Amino acid sequence: MTTRRGLLKNALAGAFAMATGLAGRLAHAALPDGSLRSQVLESLSGKKPMWKRSFRPPNYETPLEAFGDVLTPNDQFFVRWHLPLIPEVDAQAWRLTVSGAGADGEHSFTLDDLKRDFEAVEVVAVCQCAGNRRGYSDPHVPGVQWGSGAVGNARWRGVRLKDILARAGMRKETLEVGFAAGDRAPLDATPPFVKSIPTWKAIEDTTIIAYEMNGAPLPHWNGQPARVVVPGWVATYWLKQVTHVELLTAPAKTFWMSTAYRIPKGRFPVDDRFPTQSSDASTPITEILVNSIVTSPVAGATHRAGSPLAVRGIAWDGGAGIRRVDVSLDDGHSWTAAALGDELGRFSFRSFELIVPAPVPGSLRILARAINTRGVAQTEVLNFNPAGYHNNVMDVVTVTVV
Amino acid sequence: MKRRNTIALLACLATVPAYAGEAALKLADDPNAVLVRARCSICHSVDYIQMNSRFIKREGWEAEVRKMVKVMGAPVAEDEFKPIVDYLTRYYGIDQ
Repeated sequence: MTTRRGLLKNALAGAFAMATGLAGRLAHAALPDGSLRSQVLESLSGKKPMWKRSFRPPNYETPLEAFGDVLTPNDQFFVRWHLPLIPEVDAQAWRLTVSGAGADGEHSFTLDDLKRDFEAVEVVAVCQCAGNRRGYSDPHVPGVQWGSGAVGNARWRGVRLKDILARAGMRKETLEVGFAAGDRAPLDATPPFVKSIPTWKAIEDTTIIAYEMNGAPLPHWNGQPARVVVPGWVATYWLKQVTHVELLTAPAKTFWMSTAYRIPKGRFPVDDRFPTQSSDASTPITEILVNSIVTSPVAGATHRAGSPLAVRGIAWDGGAGIRRVDVSLDDGHSWTAAALGDELGRFSFRSFELIVPAPVPGSLRILARAINTRGVAQTEVLNFNPAGYHNNVMDVVTVTVV
Repeated sequence: MKRRNTIALLACLATVPAYAGEAALKLADDPNAVLVRARCSICHSVDYIQMNSRFIKREGWEAEVRKMVKVMGAPVAEDEFKPIVDYLTRYYGIDQ
């Protein structure tokens, strides 16, 4: 909203932020009132309580406590569906079909075929909704009003997509690899949720069709019996309950590719290109930006003065890997590098910890800023876009020391 | 058109599974609440509306409803468009 009051507010916020470090910019992020009123901790079948954003289609967010582990538990892994009719799939009857103009005929695989005829591989990777943290956009933008929990990290096991594509005789003319799934809308007119990725991404060793998650079959709500896993890229491409792979020799022209899940060109520090779907103004969202959250202490907590305070959290990016997480206790005037936990792979969450030896009484504001191996850091100020994608503003947690 | 919509609506009611908790969702009381619920909840629970409040202006709600009709195929008759937008703006939107 470009009103005079808005401009004045922004100008004042800018001046305030310069005068006081980052405090003025970071303190205001909150979900819309209506989201706070309608959210409830609720369990889907087979899941522990999570933040309900919408009942139907089911959109449920992982509570902050679940991020204490670097691998997000299956029963608290976030749930996001576009269409409301989600079938109960019989894994024995399930088939993955592969065809299209870029394929040599039509192919069909059972789950047993995938497990028996292909090499099983594992990858630890972050699955993050493109709209994670949309609810903190300022100004707010329409969509599912996610907090920071539309993200999770899991050890995925399955087969390389490129091995399946080779079996289907993929031709070099193939520009995109498309995916279709089992979910449906009540109205025939609603576009099916189909997505595609560029061939170069489809044939990366780490892009897989996964049938296991953290050593167990995929939960129903996370795509049982098999889903697409595209490490490094946002979750819109990770189709759940995948049923079909289409080898496309012309760009897919569908609502979900041409209109939705797009970002203004040149706005974000992304390297991965999707030329067959790019226009002059916009391009499909691709890789995950560098990001982190503080998981402990939680906002509003009270801590005893003089006793050591452990600041803990997780950091991740689109596959460059985390170089450093800096923590500031003085609104960004000075930063200290936190200790990083074990690396489970470049696509994984990385834990961090910084011990504050003896906090003094008063309000303590904790800032965390992840930097990846390419030297890209989280932003200090929201890089606003109308769809609310790629919110990687550094996290801030305020606690009281008494 | 109207008849087809009614048939589509009945078909949906028969096939969309009830998700726990959805039945208890309450929309702001108003004569048009019935219309809003009837059209919007064919495909989604009405917490989508609650969750997106209150920060959307009239033209924003117009754009949302238009998208639901034009892209998602929501069966909204021409004379239903304005009452729906009026309702969403009044109870779940903001003034200009």
